[in-house]
Amino acid sequence: MTAPSANQDFPPPKILTHPSTSPPTLITQGAEGRLYKTTHLLPTLPCALKYRPPKPYRHPALDARLTRARISAEAKVLERCWREGVPVPAVYAMDAARGWLAMEWIEGVPVRVGINNFLGEGEETQTKGEGELVDLMKRIGEAVGKLHRTGVVHGDLTTSNMMLRPRSGTQVNGESEATGRDDRVKVLEGEVVLIDFGLATQSMSDEDRAVDLYVLERAFASTHPRAERLFGAILDEYKTTFKKAPSVLAKLEDVRMRGRKRSMLG
Amino acid sequence: MTLEKIQLEHVPSNIHIYATLFRDVSNADFLHSQLLARNPDFEYAFVDASSVISRFHLLSAVYAAVNALVTGTLRTPNVHSEIVVSLNTNNNIADAYRRWGITPGKTKDLIVVKVVVAPEVSSTETTSSPTKDKPTTQEQQQQQQQPEDEQQSIWTHLTTHVKGTPSELSDANLAPLTDWPKVRKYYRLNAVPALAGCKDDEEKRRQEERLAVMGMALKGL
Ligand SMILES: Nc1ncnc2c1ncn2[C@@H]1O[C@H](COP(=O)(O)OP(=O)(O)O)[C@@H](O)[C@H]1O
Ligand SMILES: [Mg+2]
Repeated sequence: MTAPSANQDFPPPKILTHPSTSPPTLITQGAEGRLYKTTHLLPTLPCALKYRPPKPYRHPALDARLTRARISAEAKVLERCWREGVPVPAVYAMDAARGWLAMEWIEGVPVRVGINNFLGEGEETQTKGEGELVDLMKRIGEAVGKLHRTGVVHGDLTTSNMMLRPRSGTQVNGESEATGRDDRVKVLEGEVVLIDFGLATQSMSDEDRAVDLYVLERAFASTHPRAERLFGAILDEYKTTFKKAPSVLAKLEDVRMRGRKRSMLG
Repeated sequence: MTLEKIQLEHVPSNIHIYATLFRDVSNADFLHSQLLARNPDFEYAFVDASSVISRFHLLSAVYAAVNALVTGTLRTPNVHSEIVVSLNTNNNIADAYRRWGITPGKTKDLIVVKVVVAPEVSSTETTSSPTKDKPTTQEQQQQQQQPEDEQQSIWTHLTTHVKGTPSELSDANLAPLTDWPKVRKYYRLNAVPALAGCKDDEEKRRQEERLAVMGMALKGL
């Protein structure tokens, strides 16, 4: 049996060993940390608990300091974004010294899943429902524009680090709406919520912002090659949302050029 | 009895949390003096209800304090003072007591929280015990106060000494007691861009509650 040994290798944080109404579930196990779905305070309040386990190969004192700093930094950025109206999960609690951060659980699926469900398995480029896809791209551009406007760069913008949260009351409105509409486009509905601020920094620099957009552009092209040609809609809406976008987009040209040179050399 | 036992998620089972609300308290001065005298019979967190938004807001502070207790990282003398300080957005203890604690001559409606640490029943001990009904274990269990007795004795003590109307610690009871201008000042909720476009009052309250809880969690970082 592999389960017990896996538990040995990945013991949950101490906090999750204390009783809860439903058992915590491990959602992802990344290089830097783990994400659990669990409950906070009440059985009815789901939360996402991010945990950075100790790294045995690092000096314990240094490791503790780095972990504490990273968890604090992530929480701080989330709070700042939330205050400024950038759609991100709210922070519920944290214990930086013990490496965990509890935040609002965002319902729905990652944007990556939503787009892929929409595009389906087919080979040919879908044009049916393309308006809805463009609309989702605009909501992504708006979210990123708000983020940059706040003075935060994400550091790892991908469609996996954005959630598509069903709008409250979707069920109620959805029923009457659904009758006349294609079910396929419904997977694109919802509010775009940015997550995973583990690599985020506070920055007002055009260069940093342009790199953020470039990372998203490359990630988008490789994750959703069949929707790549619609990427411009993200940048258009970014421009509408964020006053300083023009200088960032000019920088983006430079960053792309450098990227191309690097890939030719590499 | 309006004193309820509150079971929070991810709290060790030997930690028992009790809470209730007293309205129109007439002896805040006496209660305050007991705290100042460090009377061990008055080991409670007394929280001025006018500085509290909701159950979620209060329980967030209780949870933070219990976590500090469990991890051995209390910044204040005990878990009860820690609850009061956990409501603050910084680590200033005196400041926290002034804002969330009991104020002689002022506090009218009072939230009381009591945290009891019962002897730990180690799970390894229980499972590794070779015989099922070891007499020593039974004796230990008999010595331990029954939870109902514990709750009853806290309740008796509170109703003897707090002169006020016991009320359930519900959102419905707490909401009318909140002094919003004060709370907005404490948690810097004025001129928050995220609240600007919010038309719905109930939704706005929910967002303000979240901002307060975030301020508490971040402690001025
Ligand atoms: N607040 C949240 N609500 C719901 N799901 C989340 C939340 N945060 C993360 N997730 C899920 O967990 C995954 C990993 O979390 P993330 O913060 O991206 O950590 P990592 O650094 O491992 O990528 C996400 O892709 C998402 O599916
Ligand atoms: Mg991620």
